Amino acid sequence: MSDPLFEYLCRMGDNTLVLGHRVSEWCGVAPVLEEDIALANTALDLIGQTQLWLGLAAEVEDAGRDADALAFRRDVWDFRNLLLVEQPNGDFGRTMMRQFLFDAWHLPYLTALMDSKDARIAAIAEKSAKEVTYHLERSTDTVIGLGDGTEESHNRMQAALDRLWPYVGEMFVGDAVDSSLQERGLAPDPASLRPGYDELVGDVFTAATLKRPEDDFAHKGGKTGARHSEHLGHMLTQMQWLQRAYPDATW
Amino acid sequence: MSSPESSPYRETHAEKHGKARATEWPLWEIFIRGQHGLSHRHVGSLHAADAEMAIKNARDVYTRRNEGVSIWAIPAEAIAASSPEDKGPMYDPANDKVYRHPTFFDIPDEVGAM
Repeated sequence: MSDPLFEYLCRMGDNTLVLGHRVSEWCGVAPVLEEDIALANTALDLIGQTQLWLGLAAEVEDAGRDADALAFRRDVWDFRNLLLVEQPNGDFGRTMMRQFLFDAWHLPYLTALMDSKDARIAAIAEKSAKEVTYHLERSTDTVIGLGDGTEESHNRMQAALDRLWPYVGEMFVGDAVDSSLQERGLAPDPASLRPGYDELVGDVFTAATLKRPEDDFAHKGGKTGARHSEHLGHMLTQMQWLQRAYPDATW
Repeated sequence: MSSPESSPYRETHAEKHGKARATEWPLWEIFIRGQHGLSHRHVGSLHAADAEMAIKNARDVYTRRNEGVSIWAIPAEAIAASSPEDKGPMYDPANDKVYRHPTFFDIPDEVGAM
């Protein structure tokens, strides 16, 4: 296994990179102008956070790569993002459900990271948490608004929840990388965040009149890189094509 | 989602507001107080389902470049506007009344620039 800290920072950066790119796919085609701009803002926040995480990862690796090289020159098997964030946008409701399920984990996780013994990690977490607080507020409101909306919007949100719920469990499964960081006081135990998460999403689902799926089966393999879903490779062909076709192109 | 053919303002002589489409959110006028400005200034309008959403949308649409520290969202239909056709009687009479401008006073030197 490569250096656990490098591995860990790639996970953080790949989550925000892949989700940021997914959200940016709405640019220009969102259902209303206001949501279009809001989604673009969210995407930009996430890409900004990516620069910090992958920048630090490159610094820790110390192998002559930078954040851009990590983002655009790695292939799909080197990505360490959660399976949840690489899932396709689907309709607007599914995009917002994915965002909510991620934000509801992301904010408490970043809050825990603010106590990291590594000052660089704590600083990135603190800066990101401000942005993510707003992301969570917005995605929560949208999930409630659409879930408790018309019959059509309610059905779509329930379908989105049913479809994405199997990707939630992966966020709370720890492995050797997590234990290594936990032992050094750098990052929290992923499992410790589950009770708070269940409570938060439970309250929101109640307000949104949505039914939490009973089966907690969890797809795994994204954050360890063992097995991504088919969607990530397709996404990377879009995201990376310019640096692949014209290496080191600048503008 | 705006209807180009309509005027959202109540009690104006402009085109009657067409019936909102079922999928159309109400229009809100957005006022923002800048970093150094003293009063809220009108920056534009947007659509939102309710006041809370209007504030959030305004945050995303109008404060992306650090423009503001405070947002007001006002339902466009709550704004009473003067009518463009009344322009003559409303504003022309002020044109030839120069004495309403305080430009005929001698300012003592010691007062300095005003």
